This record gives sequence, C-alpha cells and structure tokens, in this order.
Amino acid sequence: MTALLEVKNLQVSVAEREILHGLTLTVNAGEVHAIMGPNGSGKSTLSHVIAGKPGYEVTGGEILFKGEDLLAMAPDVRAAKGVFLAFQYPVEIPGVATMTFLRTALNAQRKARGEAEFSTPDFLKKVREVAGSLGIPQEMLRRGVNVGFSGGEKKRNEVLQMALFQPSLCILDEMDSGLDIDALRIAADGVNALRSPDRAMVVITHYQRLLDYIVPDVVHVMSKGKVVKSGGKELALELEATGYAQYEDKAA
Amino acid sequence: MNVAVAKTDRVEAADETPFALARSRLPGSGAVADLRREAYDAFQRIGLPHRRIEDWKYTDLRALMREVLPLAAAPDAEALARAAAALKLHAIDGVRRLVLVDGVLAPSLSEFGDLEPKLSLRSLRDILAGGDAALQKELFGLDSNNPMIALNSAMMTDGVVIAVADGAKLTQPLHVVHIASGGAPAAVFTRSMLKLGNDSSATLVESYIAGEGAAAYQVHDSLVIAIGDRARLDHVRLVEDGREAFNITSSAIDVGSHAHFNTFGMATGALVSRYQAVINVAGEHSRVETNGVNLLNGKQHADTTLVMNHDVPHCASREVFRAVVDDRGHSVFQGRINVRQPAQHTDAKMMTRALLLSDDAEADNKPELEIFADDVTCGHGATTGALDESLLFYLRARGLPEKDAQSLLIQAFVGEAIESIADDSLRDLAIGAAARWLEARA
Ligand SMILES: Nc1ncnc2c1ncn2[C@@H]1O[C@H](COP(=O)(O)OP(=O)(O)O)[C@@H](O)[C@H]1O
Ligand SMILES: [Mg+2]
Repeated sequence: MTALLEVKNLQVSVAEREILHGLTLTVNAGEVHAIMGPNGSGKSTLSHVIAGKPGYEVTGGEILFKGEDLLAMAPDVRAAKGVFLAFQYPVEIPGVATMTFLRTALNAQRKARGEAEFSTPDFLKKVREVAGSLGIPQEMLRRGVNVGFSGGEKKRNEVLQMALFQPSLCILDEMDSGLDIDALRIAADGVNALRSPDRAMVVITHYQRLLDYIVPDVVHVMSKGKVVKSGGKELALELEATGYAQYEDKAA
Repeated sequence: MNVAVAKTDRVEAADETPFALARSRLPGSGAVADLRREAYDAFQRIGLPHRRIEDWKYTDLRALMREVLPLAAAPDAEALARAAAALKLHAIDGVRRLVLVDGVLAPSLSEFGDLEPKLSLRSLRDILAGGDAALQKELFGLDSNNPMIALNSAMMTDGVVIAVADGAKLTQPLHVVHIASGGAPAAVFTRSMLKLGNDSSATLVESYIAGEGAAAYQVHDSLVIAIGDRARLDHVRLVEDGREAFNITSSAIDVGSHAHFNTFGMATGALVSRYQAVINVAGEHSRVETNGVNLLNGKQHADTTLVMNHDVPHCASREVFRAVVDDRGHSVFQGRINVRQPAQHTDAKMMTRALLLSDDAEADNKPELEIFADDVTCGHGATTGALDESLLFYLRARGLPEKDAQSLLIQAFVGEAIESIADDSLRDLAIGAAARWLEARA
C-alpha cells in the first residue's frame, strides 16, 4: 500500500540557511502522528513546505503524497488533492466575509477535482451543522475571516474548515497554543470527530498536553531539523518527564 | 513675417476645427451660439491641457488624446440596435432609464413617460434650441477656465435636464446610460443637469458603456447638480467604456444646508479617463461623502480630481479612494480641500489607498489642504502597497488558484468604498462592474 505521506531525506533552506537537514517521515492513512520538539527545531518549516508556502528552498529530498510528487504542485492544487494545514497563526482577512471565503474555497477545491459546486442551501446547511458542533456562532461567520476572533476562535475556525473540506491529510501546527483547557477540548473534539481510516493527521505540538485529547498512534521527536526519535504514545509522556534537553544534545 | 499669410493659415485651420465642422449641427442660436463661440475661444487659448499645467501634471491630454475627434453622427437604426444590445448587459431593474446613444437622447430606449409627480425631465437639446434664456445661461455656468469644460460647453449637443420639485422623494433611481454605439471613432459632447428642490431626495446612476466594436471614441461629458436645503442625493457613476476609449467628465455640485450628498464613482473601463468634480458645500450642517475606485490594467489611465469647497460652518466631508493598478496602468487621485475662513467646525477627511499589482503600475496621489478657518478637524492619509503575501498564501492553501485569491483580496480592498452605496441593487451593480474587470483580467 502506498503511504499517504512520505517525506524522504528533506533538506530545506530559508535565506541561504539550512533549516531541515534531511528529514524523513512516513504517514499512512488512518494514523495520527505527533511531532514534538523544542522551539526552533523546524516543525513549522516542515508544515509550510508540505503546504507549499513560498520562500523555502528545497535543496534535497522529496515529498510524495499518495505517491505523487507534492513539491511539483501549486499550493491550491495540494489543497484540492487533500492536503490541509491548520496554521499556527491563522491570518486575518478584513473585508472577506468568513462565509464567502468558505464557499469560495470549497467550490474552488471541488472545481479542481472536477466535482459539481455545492448549491447554496446545501452549503449553508453543512456550514451551520459543523459550526454548531464547534460552538461557532453564526454571527462569527458573517465577520471578516478571523477579524476580531480570539485565539481560540481562530483555531476553531481552522477546525471548521478542516471539517468542511474533508482533507485526507491534516497537519495541525501548534493547535493548542493560546488555548485554555475548554477551548482546547472543543477543538480537539472537532479533530477527533474527523479521525477516519482514510485520513491521517500530523499533530505538531511543543507540549504533551494536547496529546491527552488527541491521542497519537506514533510520536516523533524533532530536533535541529531532523526526526531524532520515533515511538508510541508513551514517548510523549517520557518527554514530558525528561524535557527536550537530551535530544538537543543528540542532534548537535 | 508675412501677416497676410499667417492670417490665411489661421482662418483655414479654424475652418477645420471640430467646432467649425460641427457648428451647423449644434442646437441653439443667437445667445446660445455666442456662448458657444466664447467657450470655444476659451478652449483654444489653452487647447488640450498638458503636463506643464499644474492641474494636469499627471494627465497630459495633449500626449494621451492628441486631438479632439469630430462630433459623432446622430445614431441611425443600426446604431440604436447595437446600443440596445449593449444596454441589455447593463440594465438594472426598478430604475427609470434615460439613454444617450452617441451623445443623443434615444427616446426609444428610454422611459420618459409616467413621471412621478414633481419630477420633470427635458432634453438639453430642446432647452438650448428653445427660449428659456435664464436656464440656458445657467447651463453655460460651468468654469470655462478649465479647457475641457470650455470645450464641452462649446460643443454640447444633448443630455438630460432633471428637476425634482420641493418635497419630492423619488422612489425610483434615475439611470442615465451613455452608450457609444460602435460606429466610426468620433466624439460626443453631453451635459446633464439635476436640480433637487428643498426637502427632496433622489438617486442618480450614470453608466458609460460601449456597443460591440466601439474603438477609440471620445466621451466629453459634464454634469451640473444643485441640491436644495434638507435634500439628499445619492449618486453612482460607473465608467465601463471600451478599452480604447476616452472619457473626460466634469461636474459642479452645489450643496444646500442640512443636505446630504453621497457619491460613488468607479472606473473599470476606458483607456484614458478623467473625472473632475467641484463640490461646493454652501449650506450649513451638510454632509458630503465621496467614494471612488479605480480598477486599471493594460495601459489604462484614470484620473479623479476633486475639489471640495467648504464655505460655511458645521459641515462634514469624507473622501475615500481606492486604486488597484496592474500591468502598466496609471491611477491618479488629486484631492483638494478648501476650507474658507467662515467655515468653522468643518470636519473634512480624505483617505486614499493604492494597491499595485505589478512593478510597472503607477498610482499618484496629490492631496492638498488649504485651510483658513482655525477651529476645524481636517486630515488626509495615503498608503500604497502590494497584495499581502501571507494572505495570498492562506487563500491558496485553502484551494484558491492564484488569480482567484488575488480577486478575493482585491474585492475586499475596494469593498470599503463600494459599501458606501446605500441602495442594495446599485451596490450590486458596482460589485458586478468590479467583477467584470476581475474576470477579464484572469
Ligand atoms: N522565514 C524565515 N526566515 C529566516 N529564518 C527562519 C524563517 N522561518 C524559520 N526560520 C528559522 O528556522 C528555524 C526553525 O523554525 P520553525 O520551523 O518555525 O521552528 P518550530 O516551528 O519548530 O518552532 C528557526 O531557527 C527559525 O528562526
Ligand atoms: Mg512553529
């Protein structure tokens, strides 16, 4: 069986400085992977390169998504094929109503896949349903994308999009940052509801806390631009106890 | 130098001016003909304005337009049929449509019947050819020191003269549509007038569009507006002329006391356009909102030049202007606010923002504040920038192709100005014009 995501010996530079030094990671459909690591170890860089953010130079290695060369695709093509990145810092887009944005994005993805666009009533019904389950009030959907949203609301808006677009690979970058326990639980419930045999999740986090709510199958430790150790969910607890210091040494 | 020869040359040249060639077809005789002659002389003293004239620094018509084309022929049946086809694309429901084809009122495409009470509509042609000397003089009242106004005064052939009596609140917007039918390239010269009585209200929409095959034609238009005390005018103008066309429009607006004037203008069409407006806030406790948008690409050039005169106390004015410029497009915004000494407690603000989509795009912004009153709140601000890369990436990561992501951000950028249009269907009309520009760009 082809893996959903295969990152092979990935080397990435930003502004002439190498940040990922040969990173390898394989994620199969149905699995939830956690990537943990100290700040600055390259977790966000990895997520950005997978999503296709400009400004990163891939100097070596490859990324395959369902066996296809992901790095050759434009970011919108990756999205239409099922790659979704929940941003660590979702941007605010004044003047673009959340509802308009959601419909435009969903229909763009469907069009790219050769599927019919959603009719407005079907779309509205779907959004209301998902928003309701995430505790997102209708009033928020009329506002500009993320404009005036609290940190928790921004993260819930990311989960709302994930639920609407039904991607096959979800990468969650520091979903827990800035969230209190209640907000974290709501967002995590939303993510857990999306767990399915044909979908994989990569949960990036600095803290073990999130993994109490989204329980991973595999945990990777990242340090200085590489995966330095992989294991089961108990690895996260071990890290909680010992801290990252030993891994920082190892990669140095 | 041989004086006789020079004289002969001048006479010959004069015979071939657009004015001399058109003279027999221009409505009005006697005093009207004299006023035309004077206006044309005023135009000729300067000719087409060029960059060494301060006010025209960014819009050098001598270089851009080169010459004034001859007066267009009156539309024949074929021209009217082409105009009717073009009109279909721009028709809006629930309005009273008044159509000028190639500068001539077209009754067959217009709705002149069943007027609401207290509304009067007449053609400029009838008034110039008729006997109301006072009204004729008023129609020639625009400032002929501006050469393009002078030219328009000399050559004006037709237009709509609208009067709304005291106390009348028009329920139906008036939609004046200027259509270039697509015949041989020529120039049209029009002038319209709107007089709003005290305690009245109206909505005026102006569209400039082109029929199939219209090329490098010239629109020379002007508008005279008087807004009575406690009256309200909502005004929308959309320049969707053909991509090779010229549109030079001047307006003069007098605002009474406790009155409200809300105006929105957008240029998405024409190769070269200039809208020059003088707004005289002449009555106390009045409010003026002007909002403008330029959406330009290719080699499009659009200039909005506004003069806001605050002559009396306790008035407010707002100017919001947005320019989006791609390719080698050039947007110009010149905003002058004059606050005269008696105009205490004036609250006048001007904000312009430009979005440049290419390295060759240009946006010039010239704010000028001249303030002689001491107790006022006045200010202006301006920004110029590119589309935000992080917003673009967010949208693309959600599946929007590059152009679509840009379009969404451009719509948001101009949205603030478009939102100022109070009427839903007119706002949709403006959104539609912006969408057409964005689609054509994709
Ligand atoms: N755009 C950038 N320009 C320069 N350096 C960057 C940029 N993005 C990330 N880096 C550097 O790359 C390293 C990894 O950053 P990042 O991927 O954000 O780590 P993490 O998400 O694990 O905290 C850091 O040293 C950071 O300073
Ligand atoms: Mg990070």
